[in-house]
Amino acid sequence: MPDSIEHIVSIRGLTKRYAGKVPVEAVRNIDLTVQRGELFGLLGPNGAGKSTTISICTTRTLPTSGTVQIAGLNVVETPAQARKHMGVVPQYNTLDRQCTVWENLYFHCRYFGYTSVTASKRANELLEMFRLTERSKSFVRELSGGLAQRVQIARAIAHEPEILFLDEPSAGLDPQSRLALWDSIRQLLSGGITIVLTTHYMEEADELCNRVAIIDHGKILVCDTPANLKSSVGAQKVISLHLRNESDSTFERSLGELAGVKGVESTEQGVRIFVDNLDGLLPRIIEVTGPRLKDISISETTLETVFIKLTGRDLRE
Amino acid sequence: MSDSILYARAFWGLMVRDISVLRREFIAFMVRTVMNPLMFVFVFTYLFPKMGQDFQNTRGISFGTLILPGLVAVAIFVQGIMGVALPLSFEIGSTREIEDRVMSPLPVSLVAIEKIVFSSLQSVVAALVVFPMIYFIPATPVHVHVNSWTVLIGNVLLASLASGAVGLTIGTIVKPQHIALMFGVVVVPVTFFGCVYYPWAALHSVRWLQIAVLINPLVYMSEGLRIALTPEAPHMPVWATLTALVLCVGLLGYTGVRGFLNRVLG
Repeated sequence: MPDSIEHIVSIRGLTKRYAGKVPVEAVRNIDLTVQRGELFGLLGPNGAGKSTTISICTTRTLPTSGTVQIAGLNVVETPAQARKHMGVVPQYNTLDRQCTVWENLYFHCRYFGYTSVTASKRANELLEMFRLTERSKSFVRELSGGLAQRVQIARAIAHEPEILFLDEPSAGLDPQSRLALWDSIRQLLSGGITIVLTTHYMEEADELCNRVAIIDHGKILVCDTPANLKSSVGAQKVISLHLRNESDSTFERSLGELAGVKGVESTEQGVRIFVDNLDGLLPRIIEVTGPRLKDISISETTLETVFIKLTGRDLRE
Repeated sequence: MSDSILYARAFWGLMVRDISVLRREFIAFMVRTVMNPLMFVFVFTYLFPKMGQDFQNTRGISFGTLILPGLVAVAIFVQGIMGVALPLSFEIGSTREIEDRVMSPLPVSLVAIEKIVFSSLQSVVAALVVFPMIYFIPATPVHVHVNSWTVLIGNVLLASLASGAVGLTIGTIVKPQHIALMFGVVVVPVTFFGCVYYPWAALHSVRWLQIAVLINPLVYMSEGLRIALTPEAPHMPVWATLTALVLCVGLLGYTGVRGFLNRVLG
């Protein structure tokens, strides 16, 4: 079976180096495949190489080496043909300021070869699908961030692409708009489109994605389902201790010897303890810590925990 | 769908978008096209003669006759700046809204070429609007005589394409915050040393300047239109203006497209 039938995105040995006084290797030898119909997430902190990877996949940036195929088409050799198969929502608002919401959709269809009649029909369809009919005559400058994002997504899928790339789709959105965006994404996915999104919000990747690749310093560290990634941590919960003074190895060893503790790591503010369950554990931890304990917090294992485990850093650092 | 049909449809889609936006801003387009030549013609070819201060060439050619081709050339040239450079500088450098058009299913260089083609259409319209105004307002008679329509049409089309190419080049080089500066540094000197208000031959008394202005594309636009519209006024040979304009279109078009690709593709 040809690779393109199963994998709509196929990335092999992708590297991107930016020349300059201080050359930067934004993407380092990435291999990745995305299956048709899945929602794939690239999770990583700012500057990890997510957006560069998406830019190369969507023909907006040329790679230094390696190949990317979208629907079986090489994006460097046949960029114009590859663009027919993809929709893109960049992380900034690129809506046409000279045009209304309806015109943004209509002209996008015209760029993709629709006749005037079919483009007009498709624009109306999209307005209804994305609950934008009332704003059809609004100009872009009159739209809120959430509405503009909806129009961008509607425009990106206007030519009925097989794959949609969303680059940091919820960046800058308020919580309500973010939830509405997630609903739209799920709705699109149920319609059969493949979605690749980048995010630095772990809960977004966890909530939405079928598979997630965690990326840092231009490299993919792991790639699996959110459930498998979380179970790879080997613990169900994370206890963070905020200490009055610095942690030391003796103290960490004492914590590690407590029954039920799976691992201990020092952090800037104290220590992080990985455990399976909390039964009777908290009093013992508090006892071992003694008066140096300033604060304590308990959380479920998340994709952020996975990132911390892999890099020793917080996603927001 | 074959690639060429796909490209042609996308290209037409880009044109339809630009035409639609221009239609909405048609009054602004007319004002920016008409104001400069209208004021110039009114003061120098209507008001001055009425005040008894007419400029008269030694060969008996009125000032109106002398500047008519130059003002048509300026109208054509300004469209390249106003119609392409100005919006493009913002679309690439500030709002990045050009991205949706860059993501159209056609080679990115054609998105840049569409900008030149559309600008040329605006330039032709500008020339058509300005011409009758300059013909009818002057107090002293303006002598227009079209010897060859082919030369006229050829010059107008090449001048329009060259202006679009200038606009594309400037729009991809100049950052939005420097656009106002660009008018002072580029547009004003290009206009004043573009043989608009005097024929190139008249510069023989300042020889170094006569040679230096040959770098200015507006010189060939003005002189080309002088050949086509007012042949009795001194002018360059027809082959010189046509060759220079073809070179301008080629060189500036190439520079503009390269600049566009560098800006929109990482």
